[in-house]
Amino acid sequence: MSSTTNPSTHHTSTIGAIGAPSRRNTELALLVFAVVIPVFAYANVGLAINDQVPSGLLGYGLGLGLLAAVGHLVVRKFAPYADPLMLPLATLLNGLGLVLIWRLDQSPRLQQRAESLFGSFSPDAPKQLLYSALGIALFVVVLMLLKDHRILQRYTYISMAAAIVLLLLPLVPGLGANVNGAKIWISIGGFSIQPGEFAKIIIAVFFSGYLMVKRDALALASRRFMGLYLPRGRDLGPILTLWAVSLLILVFENDLGTSLLFFGMFVIMLYVATERTSWIVIGLLMSAGGAVVVSTFASQVKVRVTAWLDPFGCYETSGACEQIGQSIMSFGSGGVLGTGLGQGNSDLIGFAANSDFIFATVGEELGLAGVMAFLLLYGLIIERGIRTALAARDPFGKLFATGLSGAFALQIFVVAGGVMGLIPLTGMTMPFLASGGSSVIANWALVGILLRISDTARRPAPAPASNPDAEMTQVVRP
Amino acid sequence: MSELTLTVMRLGFLAVLWLFVIVAVQVIRSDLFGTRVTQRGSRRESGRPQQAARQQAAPPQQRQQASGGGRQRRGAPTKLVVSEGILTGTTVALQGQTITLGRAHDSTIVLDDDYASSRHARIYPDRDGQWIVEDLGSTNGTYLDRTRLTTPTPIPLGASIRIGKTVIELRK
Repeated sequence: MSSTTNPSTHHTSTIGAIGAPSRRNTELALLVFAVVIPVFAYANVGLAINDQVPSGLLGYGLGLGLLAAVGHLVVRKFAPYADPLMLPLATLLNGLGLVLIWRLDQSPRLQQRAESLFGSFSPDAPKQLLYSALGIALFVVVLMLLKDHRILQRYTYISMAAAIVLLLLPLVPGLGANVNGAKIWISIGGFSIQPGEFAKIIIAVFFSGYLMVKRDALALASRRFMGLYLPRGRDLGPILTLWAVSLLILVFENDLGTSLLFFGMFVIMLYVATERTSWIVIGLLMSAGGAVVVSTFASQVKVRVTAWLDPFGCYETSGACEQIGQSIMSFGSGGVLGTGLGQGNSDLIGFAANSDFIFATVGEELGLAGVMAFLLLYGLIIERGIRTALAARDPFGKLFATGLSGAFALQIFVVAGGVMGLIPLTGMTMPFLASGGSSVIANWALVGILLRISDTARRPAPAPASNPDAEMTQVVRP
Repeated sequence: MSELTLTVMRLGFLAVLWLFVIVAVQVIRSDLFGTRVTQRGSRRESGRPQQAARQQAAPPQQRQQASGGGRQRRGAPTKLVVSEGILTGTTVALQGQTITLGRAHDSTIVLDDDYASSRHARIYPDRDGQWIVEDLGSTNGTYLDRTRLTTPTPIPLGASIRIGKTVIELRK
């Protein structure tokens, strides 16, 4: 108030971040880099396996370059102030994922395995390139149609209903498909879709809209007990509901990943919205309790826990144990610098080697150095997401960006932890890297939404207008 | 392919991958360091001499009366800009709709401010297209320039409306 009540202090100053206006050229340079690296990797795989530069190099490089160019031009046009790093990082991961999938397509072991199981072998890399194109298309649609992320706030409760429907679809008889015990797919006309991947974005809308309205009640009404603010009994309603829903997912869909993702995302957003550490403590206790109870009763979850606790004890008898065991051996034989692209034996994992277990190929062929670089690439995407949340001005955008990056981070933790044997394996896929359409498409949409929020957040504030005090002093001047 | 070539390619690839990570981190640095201090007083005098001169000619009361006439149609505001407070930089296009301000979450501009009431004020166009600000019985009041509002008041272009820590303006 002082600046308007005291005319002598009209030399007020505003402090803002120094922003090169848009940084689109930085993004373009990084994108070129992000296309060149996978092309190099592709040539490397071909030279290692077949002693020649693969014939698809030009087509592949042009395909990836075209996708990156379309993404960049759309960002330039529709979100000129968006974060310069997210698009190149996602492009690089997507491109390297394509290379790794192509590398596993070249494996004679996996080709034989597919022929003996399904009668024929079809390479996954061309399909994945198509899915990536669809993902970029959805990214473009998000940036073009979603002019302002605050519009999504209007659909708070509709998105809750939509997310629940999506999560329950795999349980509908005739629509749901049971793949290795986990019922998280639906199949429509020959395509199998994992609705949970899309539900994670939609439910973030609901969580942010809901917590924005309720956060005062959840944060302020509490008693202090042993250094923690304990919420009132009735404020535990939402977290208990979410807990019950994620346990139901765990029991009926046999999928640890999805339930962990949704409950974890809610706890993260609850913590960010209320600044109360007690919610994290309560959330961890509830998820630990739920996990223990379910893992003793549900058979599919029990198998996974056994495979996690002692993969080599049941290596000969159980397929799940053999997979984990092979994955751990891949990481081990990779060492620090890896065996080199195309020269590892991660194809011994067999089933899901190029989807759930693709990170084991990174671990074997690029070693610890490569794994760390990949984790840092993911970490940078998450950092940009959180940074967007910090810069966003509206509480809905803040919570939404936090929720999306939190879900992304949790997914990476759950998958990487699963294949490394840190936590029981879950049926989730590494974003952008793993073979699978739903995952790559949904994650491109997620990046599109984060770019939209960051465009709004980083857009420079309009120049401060004339200060009425100063004008009046000028009027007084003779 | 010789062992040596493959080893060089393997290490080269890791180096390139890490180079990308390092370059990306360098880009982030520019977001972490450095702030810009804008001197609002001096900037206005140099940057907007015409506007300052025009407003110098018309004292505030005259501006308010004149704004209902021909001058308003020529220079009707098209957007509402938040110029101070945590929402600084937010703009809302003025398209003939009523804009509500307050802490209530269904307000057009949601003010996260202890000094704002849940339904604090509204800004709406009258029949002539003149924008009016009206205080909706707020606890701490709405200020147009430095006068507390008691009745619905027309908003002159560039005048600041203050609610708690937030200042908004209408711009062309």
